[in-house]
Amino acid sequence: MYRIFAATMLALLVTVSAPADEPIREGDLVVERPWARASIGTSRPGAAYLTIRNEGAEADTLTGVEASIAGQAEVHHTTTDASGVTRMEPAGSLAIPAGEAVSLAPGGRHVMLMDLNEPLVEGKTLTLTLAFERSGEVAVSVPILGIGSRGPAQ
Amino acid sequence: MKRLSATRKALWAAVFVAAGAWLAVTAWSEYRQDGAVESVGTARQSAIEADFALTDHRGQPRRDEDFAGQWLLVFFGFTNCPDVCPLGLSTIADVMDGLGEDAGRVQPLFVSIDPERDTPAAMADYVPAFHPAIVGLTGSTAQVADAAESFHAYYEKIEEPTAPDGYTMSHSASIYLIGPDGAFIKPYSYNATPEEIAVDLKEQLES
Repeated sequence: MYRIFAATMLALLVTVSAPADEPIREGDLVVERPWARASIGTSRPGAAYLTIRNEGAEADTLTGVEASIAGQAEVHHTTTDASGVTRMEPAGSLAIPAGEAVSLAPGGRHVMLMDLNEPLVEGKTLTLTLAFERSGEVAVSVPILGIGSRGPAQ
Repeated sequence: MKRLSATRKALWAAVFVAAGAWLAVTAWSEYRQDGAVESVGTARQSAIEADFALTDHRGQPRRDEDFAGQWLLVFFGFTNCPDVCPLGLSTIADVMDGLGEDAGRVQPLFVSIDPERDTPAAMADYVPAFHPAIVGLTGSTAQVADAAESFHAYYEKIEEPTAPDGYTMSHSASIYLIGPDGAFIKPYSYNATPEEIAVDLKEQLES
């Protein structure tokens, strides 16, 4: 009896403590490997990254992002020209074509988090709410990594 | 030849003076124009070199001469940069960690092109979080402009209503490698992998 009880508890424990990097599914969309960098204080903007995979036959569009930790969240796009000059601008809506994955990664697109309500602290998580035209709203738990991090471990 | 009358001599003298004056003015305005072209940052007129007088994140004045004998990795950016600068600085941090014993020969520098917000105190808040070896440098608007110009590093303030304080900075994001004699060697891309940069840098250190 005790062994069954212990096994059940162990199974529950494993299920409940599933790693935060489990993909989040909503309809045809899968949100993978979200992460954010820690911030220093609240005066500087933060950045979050993730991949959105569309496993369906119809395209979808990311129309907006919200984050409770920030007054404003927006997808921005970093571009680098031939002479190595980088600039950043709002990316607007993001098309997620059918059968493809769109990545927000350092040096490319990122969710810029502005007007931080509190600092992004390494080891904690923040919640991003992604608004999609077809799939509706998807809440994503985003682990906060170190300020010098290049992303979650493979 | 008939001797020139006094009037003729005077007239010829006037012609020579006028010609001389015209030459002087033309040469001077061309010189001025060359200067203007150079200050826009073209590579044609002069080579990249490390030439700066700035203040580090501990409030100490630092000049390029202070680093003579060391290899420099120089990156221009600003602390309100959410994406490119953290990536570039984390790349530099990883490169430094990968150098092992040679790390003492290389000095990474992070120069702010947003001195309005990036005071030495703001830099002290930010730079050490990436790697203890990185020295943050800032200064007056003119000092930063001079430093960027010597590296032919471009930067521009861009109005952006959604950004903090209503602006962001567009800037050259190369990591400039300067040799121990102060000469520019090559640029690394800020999003090259630390491994790629470390391999090349080690070759340079051994050459």
